Amino acid sequence: MRYLPLSDAERGEMMKTIGVSSIDEIFSDVPESARLDGLIDLPRQKSEMEVERALRKLSNMSLSAGEAPFFCGAGAYRHHVPASVDHIIQRSEFLTAYTPYQPEISQGTLQTLFEFQTQVALLTGMEVANASMYDGSTSTAEAVLMAARVTRRNKCVFAPGLHPHYAEATQMLARTTDIDITEIPSAIDADAQVIDQIDDETACVVVQTPNVFGTLVDLELIAKAAHEKGALVIAVVTEVVSLGAVKSPGEMGADIVTAEGQSIGNPLTFGGPYVGLFACREKFVRQMPGRLAGETVDADGNRGFVLTLSTREQHIRRGRATSNICTNAGLCALAWTIHMTLLGEKGLRELATLNHRRARQLAERLGKLDGVEVVTPRFFNEFALRLAKPAAGVVETLAAQNVLAGVPFSRLDPNAGLHDILLVAVTETVTDDDFDALENALKGAL
Amino acid sequence: MNTLNKQGRPSRPAVAQAENEGQFETFSGSKALQQTELLLFDRGDNERTGVDLPETPDIADDLGDFARKDAIGLPGLTEPEAMRHYVRLSQKNYAIDLGVYPLGSCTMKHNPRLNEKMARLPGFGDLHPLQPESTVQGALALMDQLSHWLTTLTGMPAVALSPKAGAHGELCGMLAIRAKLDADGQTKRRRVLVPDSAHGTNPATAVQCGFTVDEIPSDDTGRVDLEALKGKLGDDVAGIMLTNPNTCGLFERDIRTIADLIHEAGGYFYCDGANFNAIVGRVRPGDLGVDAMHINLHKTFSTPHGGGGPGAGPTVFSDALAPYAPVPYVVKDGDKWKLVERNEDAEGAPFGRMSAFHGQMGMFVRALSYMMSHGADGLKQASEDAVLNANYLLALLDGPMTRAFDGYCMHEALFNDNFLKDTGVETLDFAKAMIDEGYHPMTMYFPLVVHGALLIEPTESESKTSLDRFADTLLALAEAAKAGETERFKQAPVHAPLRRLDETRAARQPVLRWKPAEAEAQAAQ
Ligand SMILES: Cc1ncc(COP(=O)(O)O)c(C=O)c1O
Repeated sequence: MRYLPLSDAERGEMMKTIGVSSIDEIFSDVPESARLDGLIDLPRQKSEMEVERALRKLSNMSLSAGEAPFFCGAGAYRHHVPASVDHIIQRSEFLTAYTPYQPEISQGTLQTLFEFQTQVALLTGMEVANASMYDGSTSTAEAVLMAARVTRRNKCVFAPGLHPHYAEATQMLARTTDIDITEIPSAIDADAQVIDQIDDETACVVVQTPNVFGTLVDLELIAKAAHEKGALVIAVVTEVVSLGAVKSPGEMGADIVTAEGQSIGNPLTFGGPYVGLFACREKFVRQMPGRLAGETVDADGNRGFVLTLSTREQHIRRGRATSNICTNAGLCALAWTIHMTLLGEKGLRELATLNHRRARQLAERLGKLDGVEVVTPRFFNEFALRLAKPAAGVVETLAAQNVLAGVPFSRLDPNAGLHDILLVAVTETVTDDDFDALENALKGAL
Repeated sequence: MNTLNKQGRPSRPAVAQAENEGQFETFSGSKALQQTELLLFDRGDNERTGVDLPETPDIADDLGDFARKDAIGLPGLTEPEAMRHYVRLSQKNYAIDLGVYPLGSCTMKHNPRLNEKMARLPGFGDLHPLQPESTVQGALALMDQLSHWLTTLTGMPAVALSPKAGAHGELCGMLAIRAKLDADGQTKRRRVLVPDSAHGTNPATAVQCGFTVDEIPSDDTGRVDLEALKGKLGDDVAGIMLTNPNTCGLFERDIRTIADLIHEAGGYFYCDGANFNAIVGRVRPGDLGVDAMHINLHKTFSTPHGGGGPGAGPTVFSDALAPYAPVPYVVKDGDKWKLVERNEDAEGAPFGRMSAFHGQMGMFVRALSYMMSHGADGLKQASEDAVLNANYLLALLDGPMTRAFDGYCMHEALFNDNFLKDTGVETLDFAKAMIDEGYHPMTMYFPLVVHGALLIEPTESESKTSLDRFADTLLALAEAAKAGETERFKQAPVHAPLRRLDETRAARQPVLRWKPAEAEAQAAQ
């Protein structure tokens, strides 16, 4: 077996040193009735070539995004990731290291995390950010728990433009707590409705911008209303490229920002692994979930970085930790920070503008088709279309013609009465030919 | 001989001083292959970029008041500069590919590169989670195959693939238990038994799921104290969270009895499967009475740790809990695969959804690639080699170092700090001296039940030669500690890119991000 260095002769010698004559003796603590005889009924070992052949076969069974005109978004976006990003994250020193518990020999990971935290804070307009969460949805769920701890209140309001899966993931985590969540039925441009729900017991409102329909949401009014009642605003961003063109949630008054970072540095990979961003005001730092890298000095006075404020975390605080999270999204955060460094402010702004304008171009073209109406009032790179037919069927029809037209809203929430809504995203990877293909296919299907 | 700095504290340890005699500090601060590297923010500027984009259409934006006007402050680097920045930083990291990384409980085994290549195939890496089902059949088929391997290896009827790490899997399992109890009207059952040797995520998870934690002591063999457990059973017990093999690296001999006791008392058995790597192919948790168990794909099935993730924590379920497993999950319908994404489409009563999409697909591909490579035979051999390697180290080190418990261990060997008694050297110092020797330290001070714990997990990836050299080094260090070479330990590390870091300062005056000089000056005033 190519991954196992011991030879049978060595195994024998080692057993002699241990003082046993067979490996079974070492497993003697296993109750007899639970010991397996022989091999489990699964295939035997395979060469690299055989495994590759089998997995390629599976890979070929799907229609990958790069093979088709592609317009899916709704929380995951297909952006171009520079080749150097994937090269660097596959360096052994990053790929095969553990969480940096020994700072003297982990400065590579720690310094990149410190840089990551800084970039996330700058981008979201927040004072501090942690070293990543699993993804945007779990990050949002943790933010709600944090808001309840900070405010010592238990009411939470979801805006009508919050991604339904984010709402579900948060409900899941909150269900066993005393947090009471009010959900407003999904709507394209009605996020300010949360204001009517805020009262003296409200811990937080959760507002996504651009929202799940692509609508840019003015957080300022909402933040003002929330802060008057002592409630916090959790702003959710699922397309972080938008922050290269759109005012940051921090600037608009958000107290906590959670985001899906996948757009930067990370491929679609059918939904994961992604990277959750979590940023907030500095005064909440001791209530934050997740790891934090911090600056310090070594015994010679040289600058260095360590994991810090770990008394918040499960390995120290156990049952009273701010979260149970342990392993986070380290390598995805690294990919994020490398891509962000390659972009820099200049590149990010250009990328954002390109995305926005390309989306405007497509919206304008599609809006002219019979049976198609653009219903998102003001958007970044994703908008909702109202179709003359149920969107799910149209998407299926187009998929059969190798056009991945977008996400029917009913896939996210079939009970919202929005069966005619199609979410369409445009990134820098979409070409004019792709525009033509979508336009023609839609014409045919409607 | 020591030069003293202003604080009167030796600025260099005696050993390093002697070694450095006759040498010069470099002018650049770099030392041959060890390059100093500035913070990105100290060197990049906001006009520089390493990405060229297609031309932007010459049309107006429509962002109104939403337009971001102020500078963000994000520095950029061109590609050659970025490569150098990150490659230099990478060289300040220890890694499995560099040397022995014997972190107990963390399972730092070799990460086969085939798996990386497979995860990047377009039919996995370039698929959107919300594409129509008809266009993602290969991905769903892969998830189905992975489920088959995991349920077969564990002997459990169902699996939820979506949890994103071990701790997320714990949540998944405990929420299923909670849903089952609630469905049965057992709303009084809110107490969860957790051994005092448990990983911190266990009590943290139980509390997050609305349970209270009742700690069970370990007995003097390092296992659950059965009598104490019996005394804690009652009609308010929701279940137990037990790690097996446990965090002391020992198989819980009485595990069947424990499962029976818990079940008779009306509770459920959550098994923390972080240490499943010791028994794959030899024992099926389903035969031990387990109701739910997470599997860390990033430990047992070799998906890389990546400096702290991503992980994946698929969670297997018994028949009793399977109906409550979360959405989404994959089912085979004739010759097609389907994704069940909503509670109302499910056969059972899912407790909900763990996260936005379907789980860590990239990790699923890697784990399946690993399993197919090993096969039933290789997986069993890998477990046996991991256990053999740990027992070999235990045998070589026992005596000069003090083992925590008698008997054979499973995949990791646990020592206490008795062998350092009266030497002035503590576990932490011993670990830091290992760094100078070119080794990553073992897990320290965990589990909490052993004083000054040193938990060594070599994994199956180490050769005998490598283990022999590693053991020789540890024995030499133990001897040096006993011989009074305290400074060797107290000053360590002296050969790493940095000396010991001041963690107290980091926590007392947290600096969690870079700030522009003006902002820092303002803050200081
Ligand atoms: C025994 C044990 N349980 C649970 C966990 C948590 O797993 P993860 O870090 O993947 O969340 C770990 C890993 O650190 C562990 O060692």
